[in-house]
Amino acid sequence: MAEIAQRLSSKHLLGIKDLTTQDINLILETADTFKDVINRPIKKVPSLRDITIANIFFENSTRTKLSFELAQKRLSADVVNFAASSSSVSKGETLIDTVNNILSMKVDMVVMRHPYPGAGVFLSKHINAQIVNAGDGAHEHPTQALLDAFSIREKLGEVAGKKVVIVGDILHSRVALSNILCLQKLGAEVMVCGPTTLIPKYIQTLGVKVEHDLRKALNWCDVANMLRIQLERQDIKYFPSLREYTMMYGLDKKILDSLDKEIIVMHPGPINRGVEISSDVADSKQSIILNQVENGVAVRMAVLYLLASQT
Amino acid sequence: MQNLTLLDGQKFQITLQRLCHQLIENHNDFSNSVILGIQPRGISLSKRIAGELKQIIPNAHIKSGILDITFYRDDFRRGDHPLVPSSTEIDFIIEGKKVILIDDVLWTGRTIRAAMDAILAFGRPEKVELLVLVDRRYSRHLPIEPNYIGIKVDSMSSQKVVVSWEETDGEDKIVLVSESV
Repeated sequence: MAEIAQRLSSKHLLGIKDLTTQDINLILETADTFKDVINRPIKKVPSLRDITIANIFFENSTRTKLSFELAQKRLSADVVNFAASSSSVSKGETLIDTVNNILSMKVDMVVMRHPYPGAGVFLSKHINAQIVNAGDGAHEHPTQALLDAFSIREKLGEVAGKKVVIVGDILHSRVALSNILCLQKLGAEVMVCGPTTLIPKYIQTLGVKVEHDLRKALNWCDVANMLRIQLERQDIKYFPSLREYTMMYGLDKKILDSLDKEIIVMHPGPINRGVEISSDVADSKQSIILNQVENGVAVRMAVLYLLASQT
Repeated sequence: MQNLTLLDGQKFQITLQRLCHQLIENHNDFSNSVILGIQPRGISLSKRIAGELKQIIPNAHIKSGILDITFYRDDFRRGDHPLVPSSTEIDFIIEGKKVILIDDVLWTGRTIRAAMDAILAFGRPEKVELLVLVDRRYSRHLPIEPNYIGIKVDSMSSQKVVVSWEETDGEDKIVLVSESV
């Protein structure tokens, strides 16, 4: 019904950690209606026409940046984009100064990706605008977790009671932490799988299962979320060679077909074909990788819409 | 609080029948027309109208859908509460069709303005008409007038017009509610 007062409990979206289960459900339900909107002949609604949003990316991104920008444009917001590589950051400007300069130009909301964990939280304490975390180092990537949950819910009907295994470089992955928190809040069981060196030592304290054998993990799960090996964050060698990693933890058609059930394969992208996932699996019917990308726009529209109505 | 019943019982049914016959007069067998109820309060009326039409002209194929206008409203971020959207269900093509918008009460006209915006996102209709059960006269904020009217009501802005339906509330009734001072 149109006028039920439901709002997010937080002014910002800094991480899944700060969201309640009701918040997550509100975002997913709102995203349902936006998914309908983006499949219309005219994909644009005027809801955010009085809002200006700055996308500030201190780290490279294709999907997330495009997805946020499309979501903002579909909501009729004004958008400014900023990439650190082509900016005065390289001249020595601090983060707060950079953002305050952008805010002086009357920006209402900031979508930020930053290589340092907690950058969004830090910023939210010092500036007067709403912050959406689009990934902070190896910490959180809340909108990715929300769109993953949305995609699982769309494919399987609900998230509660489902078994999800996250495979790969858990240690360097912000997607892993946000996904674990989000799926658990929605009532799913989560397992992480990977070489010992890439699994954080105390991850069991989050209430997740740990498995080092890919086949056992796949036999247990309903959904496998394959992560990329984040070589750019790895300062030392965590495994002997990529080839050995692929043999132990790469998902290929052979192992997928040998399971006694049909599981769903997800990947947050960018995928390294032939490393964590083989081409025939990435393009198979069981893969919902491209659905995740489509849902990303709807989920981000929902997040921006709900945050904008807080002000 | 004081309640004045404006319409109920058999007269309510007669009013619905009259609206249906007026629609048939202009839309014949509805082959080029569609019915759209506006979320949330127009849905009960549009379902009832579609049902009655099917009884009167059983051979016609009546296309009826529901339209949510939340994202097109002009008061987003102006009220105390966020606007939570409802669903839109339109499984036919609007382009080139005659669209009959249906809502229960017409008051300021702002909902209808938003609905016209929302329809355009689905294509360019040949014509858009408006059917309302209650027209609260002399209270429009926008130059919008209905084509089909159940009853006309003169009311003060402090009063409320509440429509209840047998399916959801147990009784077909239109009530004018006045807050006592």
